[in-house]
Amino acid sequence: MNTEYKVELEAFEGPLDLLLHLIRQQEIDIYDIPIATITDQYLQYLQMMADLNVTVAGDFLVMASTLIYIKSKMLLPTDPAVLDEVEDPRRELVQQLLEHEKFKDAAQLLYERETVELAVWARGANEFEEDEKEMVNATLFDLVHAFHTIVERYKDQIGMDVPRETITLEQKLDEIRRLLKVKRYFYFSMFLRQKISRLHLVVTVLALLELTKSHEVRLFQKGIFEDIRISAC
Amino acid sequence: MLKDAFASELLAILFVAQEPVTLEQFQEIYPDQDATQIEARVRQLSEDFNSVQDAVEIRQVAGGYRMTTRPQYHETVRAYLRTRPSAKLSMAALETLAVIAYKQPVTFPEIMEIRGIKGTSTIRTLLEKKLIQTRGRKKVVGRPMMYGTTREFLVHFGLNDLSELPTLKELEELLGEEPAIKSQPATGETERPTDN
Repeated sequence: MNTEYKVELEAFEGPLDLLLHLIRQQEIDIYDIPIATITDQYLQYLQMMADLNVTVAGDFLVMASTLIYIKSKMLLPTDPAVLDEVEDPRRELVQQLLEHEKFKDAAQLLYERETVELAVWARGANEFEEDEKEMVNATLFDLVHAFHTIVERYKDQIGMDVPRETITLEQKLDEIRRLLKVKRYFYFSMFLRQKISRLHLVVTVLALLELTKSHEVRLFQKGIFEDIRISAC
Repeated sequence: MLKDAFASELLAILFVAQEPVTLEQFQEIYPDQDATQIEARVRQLSEDFNSVQDAVEIRQVAGGYRMTTRPQYHETVRAYLRTRPSAKLSMAALETLAVIAYKQPVTFPEIMEIRGIKGTSTIRTLLEKKLIQTRGRKKVVGRPMMYGTTREFLVHFGLNDLSELPTLKELEELLGEEPAIKSQPATGETERPTDN
């Protein structure tokens, strides 16, 4: 086999497909594959795919390594100590190829059957295909009715509105500032008693830290874990 | 044939039926008749009808009898129905389907092994088209899902039953072996292939 061998680019489903194609195209005896030649051609194909910037699927590379492995195994002289007949290293691959080919044939058969079946109609199955050009004869009442149906359907949907809480740091800062205008001081526990949400609480803490930093408030605590008193500066 | 009242009745049923009519259904209508007798009559009716009629025929599909148009008139029928030829299954889908049809119940890894491809799957498409269905899990490591063909599969390919597919006996010997590592059956549940 010369190196001018050319493979037509076809969409091969997988490495087995490609291998089968190479074998069948050259009418090679599948039970006696010239593994060196086939490996070369296979690798050429992968190279071609790489040249065309086609991403070579991992499966193809696995097969390449399998081929090279078989090739090297066949080059090695058989161990004279082993008296039994050594199994042909190609055997497993050949079996896989034959199996694959059978199912390709089966798929082809299904394809033919499908083609015939798609040309056959049974009773009752003849729904007219929607023709987009065809206008629907509808009145205003149909439209209103359709709308009503949609509204009704929507009503039945069990839903729950979960309002999104929105509290900004700015709002909280103002809130605390206002509070300190009417009160000389208050305790942090007051916020906890209000049963405000986690988000509120976080923003409150942030606001207090901010106000402390800007020396607008002062925080007092009698001892560790004691309530915090917040007062204006 | 038209003078035979019983045959005419059977034909009338086949004419209105939208799904293949099974022998059980015929039996329900004629409880007094012998099942084998009915079968013989339906068979005879099909033969007679098909030999006379050119446009339509009675066929055995998915274990029942149904009346269909003959494929040679598809263009005319299509023109009347204003349909375009339906999308066919891709070759990849057909190959997967072929493996499932012959090997069912079969797992995804087994299918991929035969097809020599890892990764992409057409299983989803086939499930959506109801051509295959799940058949429980295989009692091996990982408990992979098993798949088998459906009644819809038979209808889609105009098969009466799976035995109509040519036997690929050699196939059975090849991948028939169970994986070496088998987990102990944990439950009493059995995965029995239910043939459609």
